[in-house]
Amino acid sequence: MPDPRETTDMSPGMLLAGVGGLGAPVGEHAPITQAAELTAAQAGLAIKARSQFQMALSRFMHHKLALVGLFLFLAILLFSTVGPVFWHYNYAQITSAFGTGPSLAHPFGTDTIGHDMFAQTMTATATSIQTAMVVAALATVFGTLVGAVAGYYGKWADALLMRFVDLTLIVPGLVILLVLANAFSKSANNWLDIALILAALFWTVVARLVRGVFLSLREREFIEAEHAIGASSTRIIVRHLIPNAIGPIIVYATLTVANAILVEAALSFLGLGIQPPHVSLGYLISQAEGDATVLPYLFYFPAAILILIILSVNFLGDGLRDALDPQQRVRA
Amino acid sequence: MGAYILRRLGAGLIVLVIGLFGLYILVSLSGNPLANLLANPRISPATIQAARVELHLNEPLLQRFWTWATGMLHGDFGISTTGQAVGPQIWPRMWVTMQMVIPAVIISIVLGVGLGVWTAVRQYSIWDHVSTFFAYFFFATPVFVIGILLKDFLAVKVDNFFGHPVLYTLGQNNPGTTGAWSIFVDSLAHDVLPVLTLVLITYASWSRYQRASMLDVLNADYVRLAKAKGLSQRRVRYIHALRNAMIPVTTIIALDFATILGGAIITEIVFGWEGMGRYLFEGLVGPVTPDTNVVMSYITVTATLIIVFNIIADVIYGLLDPRIRYA
Repeated sequence: MPDPRETTDMSPGMLLAGVGGLGAPVGEHAPITQAAELTAAQAGLAIKARSQFQMALSRFMHHKLALVGLFLFLAILLFSTVGPVFWHYNYAQITSAFGTGPSLAHPFGTDTIGHDMFAQTMTATATSIQTAMVVAALATVFGTLVGAVAGYYGKWADALLMRFVDLTLIVPGLVILLVLANAFSKSANNWLDIALILAALFWTVVARLVRGVFLSLREREFIEAEHAIGASSTRIIVRHLIPNAIGPIIVYATLTVANAILVEAALSFLGLGIQPPHVSLGYLISQAEGDATVLPYLFYFPAAILILIILSVNFLGDGLRDALDPQQRVRA
Repeated sequence: MGAYILRRLGAGLIVLVIGLFGLYILVSLSGNPLANLLANPRISPATIQAARVELHLNEPLLQRFWTWATGMLHGDFGISTTGQAVGPQIWPRMWVTMQMVIPAVIISIVLGVGLGVWTAVRQYSIWDHVSTFFAYFFFATPVFVIGILLKDFLAVKVDNFFGHPVLYTLGQNNPGTTGAWSIFVDSLAHDVLPVLTLVLITYASWSRYQRASMLDVLNADYVRLAKAKGLSQRRVRYIHALRNAMIPVTTIIALDFATILGGAIITEIVFGWEGMGRYLFEGLVGPVTPDTNVVMSYITVTATLIIVFNIIADVIYGLLDPRIRYA
């Protein structure tokens, strides 16, 4: 059964049309003859040649929601990284205000222990984003490598990958993560552990994606031509196949940031994610649950920030998809 | 078609066996069930040894898997670390979970497909924008945030308004309710919020896929032809277009079923249901961790459900798209 979220069933033309024009892979511009250029210039019709990157950038800059997403995400990033430098409370500091509502001294209020929630939310946001970015980076690099090998060489490498992917499809991903997190998340400095655990599952999706793109591209003429002139497999993969798959990979890496934040929050909520002394948004929300009816702001602020991050990253991902991979407008 | 289903079942069985083997190893290696006993200096080595023998931990891992697997073939899920049989626990708990998941899946399909089609034929109208806004919002909200919002903010207000509990926020039923009608009403009152939670996190992406797919189809040549030959708009939209627009969504729904079961674990914990998700969670985090037979009972039941659900989706896929030949 074809999965529309994969690119296996997509004709190579569909993929290339957005990246390099039909049949013209990245890096191989059709040469414009000088004569044609001259006549066009004389007629005042000269069109400035634009690179792939410039075209994608222009598409992205015209995507309003994506720009909103980008600014929102940068603002939250600034809030969580630069904010704590200037704020007069530390996230671990215990103030003399217990369970107070939002005020000038404590814009997000304080919890029943006396933590300043503004400082806690800033640090938690930074931890959540940092974890998710490490997950996205690891999963993308590893998934691309495995997917490339499986998609290019096929045979047993492909069979091995697909059987492994089958295993991750027959149980909810959360269950595998719960088992892994329960085994490994007891150490003190654990945001990196959690990132590794999440990446251990997320790479399979990237690998599937890259494999699909490679499977459809490797039979095409320009790859055959590369074989004919004696190019090595490494050269074909690195110079031709990965550049053509880079659009979906970047889009997926972006969406992985959002997914990883959501899943980490779920793990923290179940007590198996990031734990004290570190704080993450999921942890703050789970702590607030007990007081939700009495001290609702403890719940509102971290939850709102979490939702805003995911929204902004999703907007950003949609914009990148339209810019880099225009044929794949699934959620547009 | 019958042969095809049989072959799919066969292939599913192979994946299931290999998957259960891999997961059994993973779960067994994820912790030491005797850790609590070993950490307690007041427990004698003899007691620990007795517990080790009782849990078969003195046997090699592969032999433990074999014992478990042959037991499973007889429908025996083994015993938990507390000495209770797992089988009589997991089945009732599965029905508790299904009481939440089945209505949620049905409502999500109706809502997702319905809303997707409705907004596709009204593209860029105010309702389309409102629906897009909510889809993005629910897409970005973790399941436990929705659960807590419904439980601690909505339910409290509704119950205060009526002056007596209308929406229950804890448990799957009130024990001791008698009479078929009372039991039904009681279950319904407990069901509303958890089902709503699952529906909200699920329908959003389905409605987006359905909308995109419906828009694709509405711009197809054969739909233009159907319009051109004078068929009523109703017929064109809901007979000619909708059937084809539902094909890609079927795959998405099938693949998301596993995600819904994952969401049900968290929903059960938020709403205090004694379902199988909670059973898994308790088997994992302890006090004894991991309770391999308990965890594996959840994984076995869930994996079987997911495989069966995917085969059903495949059959529906074939009915929607006769070009697919199940030869």
